[in-house]
Amino acid sequence: MPGVFPKWTNQLPLNIAAGLAIAGAAVAAGLGYYFTPKYTRVGYQPIQPVPYSHATHVEQLGMDCRYCHAGVERSWFAGLPDASRCMNCHHQVLAGDPRLAPVRDSMQTGAPVAWIQIHRTPDYVYFHHAAHIRRGVSCLHCHGRVDQFEEVRHDQPLSMSFCLECHRRPEAYLRPLDQVYNLGWNTDPARQNEQGRLLALTGDMRPPLSCSGCHR
Amino acid sequence: MAALRSQPLVAPDPPAELARPPLILNRRGTAWISGKVSGIAEGRAPRWWWAAFLPSAGLTALCFAMIAYLVSTGIGVWGLDCTVGWAWDITNFVFWIGIGHAGTLISAILFLLRQPWRTSISRAAEAMTLFAVICAAIFPVIHLGRPWDCWWLFPIPNANAIWPQFRSPLTWDVFAISTYFVVSLMFWYVGMIPDLATLRDRARTRARKLVYGLLAMGWTGSIRHWRHYEKACLLLAGLSTPLVLSVHSIVSFDFAASLLPGWHTTIFPPYFVAGAIFSGMAMVLTLLIPIRTLCGLEDVITVLHIDRMGKVLLAAGSMVGYAYAIEWFTARYSGSPHEIFAWENRAFGPYAWAYWTMLACNAISPQLLWLRRVRRSMAAVFLLSIAVNVGMWLERFVIIVTSLHRDFLPSSWSYFRPTLVDIGTLAGSLGLFLTLFLLFIRFLPMIAMAEIKGAAARSGARAHGDPDPPGGLSG
Repeated sequence: MPGVFPKWTNQLPLNIAAGLAIAGAAVAAGLGYYFTPKYTRVGYQPIQPVPYSHATHVEQLGMDCRYCHAGVERSWFAGLPDASRCMNCHHQVLAGDPRLAPVRDSMQTGAPVAWIQIHRTPDYVYFHHAAHIRRGVSCLHCHGRVDQFEEVRHDQPLSMSFCLECHRRPEAYLRPLDQVYNLGWNTDPARQNEQGRLLALTGDMRPPLSCSGCHR
Repeated sequence: MAALRSQPLVAPDPPAELARPPLILNRRGTAWISGKVSGIAEGRAPRWWWAAFLPSAGLTALCFAMIAYLVSTGIGVWGLDCTVGWAWDITNFVFWIGIGHAGTLISAILFLLRQPWRTSISRAAEAMTLFAVICAAIFPVIHLGRPWDCWWLFPIPNANAIWPQFRSPLTWDVFAISTYFVVSLMFWYVGMIPDLATLRDRARTRARKLVYGLLAMGWTGSIRHWRHYEKACLLLAGLSTPLVLSVHSIVSFDFAASLLPGWHTTIFPPYFVAGAIFSGMAMVLTLLIPIRTLCGLEDVITVLHIDRMGKVLLAAGSMVGYAYAIEWFTARYSGSPHEIFAWENRAFGPYAWAYWTMLACNAISPQLLWLRRVRRSMAAVFLLSIAVNVGMWLERFVIIVTSLHRDFLPSSWSYFRPTLVDIGTLAGSLGLFLTLFLLFIRFLPMIAMAEIKGAAARSGARAHGDPDPPGGLSG
């Protein structure tokens, strides 16, 4: 059967196999990098109606997270401050600052400031802030060093594997309850596991690992 | 020495009563075989092929239409309810996967057991296996409700950090069936390479030369090629043999590992394997009896072959009948009111019609095959094979639906009624199966030419002077 396949085609199957292997590896690596929340969510930083700086309020002024996010210890929702809470200070501090105009408008009209939501759990996930905060999971673990942010951004992937990492090994993350809001608190990494295990034991903490723990 | 040399070293012919019956009739030789079998895949398609292909292709279109409707609308288009959560979908799945067992049995187990009569039917049976597994694979995916998530069945690393439940037989199923498909495909393809080379060498058009040349992967028929080929076939046969037993055992675990009376039985794995071989052999007969006449292959797929497949059918059918009896015995002997109820509800409940039809088709009708006259009558074996196909589909229906429809809470008892979509999907899967098989006949060597030439040599084939018969399917 001469003539149909020239001699160079002998090399072809090997080339095709090698090409497919490389393409397969590239697709797998590409999917793993670009199609997971580590890429799709982390770094999301929309421009907010008011250029609010956590760094100024927490780092410089030393305010507690709970002053604004008052529901965080009681509710699934940490809560956003309404304008009156801001105006407790800002009716004197920077009272006429144009950057605060939306807050003053909100105060007068009652319509909330149109903050853009950054951290959004899907509707099939049941997440309760208080359940985590009151067991020694710090704000830090999901929100990063939000106390130092000039503008809030999506800092952690908040993917299911992110949640499960802690649910499977809570001792690596738990802290004493009085350090939950102290985002700069540094524990000795060597002691963290031991201390965390103790905290998990004394608090009788068994984070759910079954599907229905979070997908109710 | 000179005296010894003068004696010709020829073994004496065995006495007539010890001679093996010929596997290829009319002393057909290699040229006739190549011409006949390749001729089916060459030339214009005959009328009967189109008459079979067009309705099958229509049914295939129906299958895809039904699936599209199901996926776009939801599982509710089937007749399922809260009580009967599995019905025709899983029935069809087990039915098709069972049919897929004949190919491997014939090509692997009969190969290792050195049964040369398998060569005439092995290729078609292997092809049928692949097409049946393809039909089977559709159902578990479309019954998911969210079939686009079907990749979750495989252990692929993902951002959810979750894996399939490795303790569940449903996960083992995924591995069992995908392994089975891959090994069967390799066995089928590797076995076909010498025959594809024959088609390539006979090709007249450039397109055929290219396609068959690609598929034949440069086969020249050298001794080296044959050595590798024989080794590969032996290894693949060794790999496939345990699969014949494991795949349907694991399918049966889907039921047996549950706690439902009627499913929770240790007899299920061997019972399912026997049933799978039974239904697969029946489907081979259903396909090959008409095809041997339509393609003029009576000298290759002889009455002897049908006779022997009839014996396998009889043996497997008797095992299935025995399993039915043991099911009844186990239920009574257990003393468990739930087990007894499950069996009595099967035999005398609302689905008694299905149970007794199944029993008549699967356990009683094959007993006719004890008679040599029945085994050698093509019409009788064909009708019996149809009965077995119907019976084996009903068996899966009976196992699945009668165990589910009356659960522990009488207020939730129900009676499954298929919708038009259920019926259309089953008919469509049959169409897909036939379409694939007809395409196979039309474009690939449907008889293992290279292998039956060995059987032909033992059947007193004429070496030369046997002209090629005219090509074409009608021959």
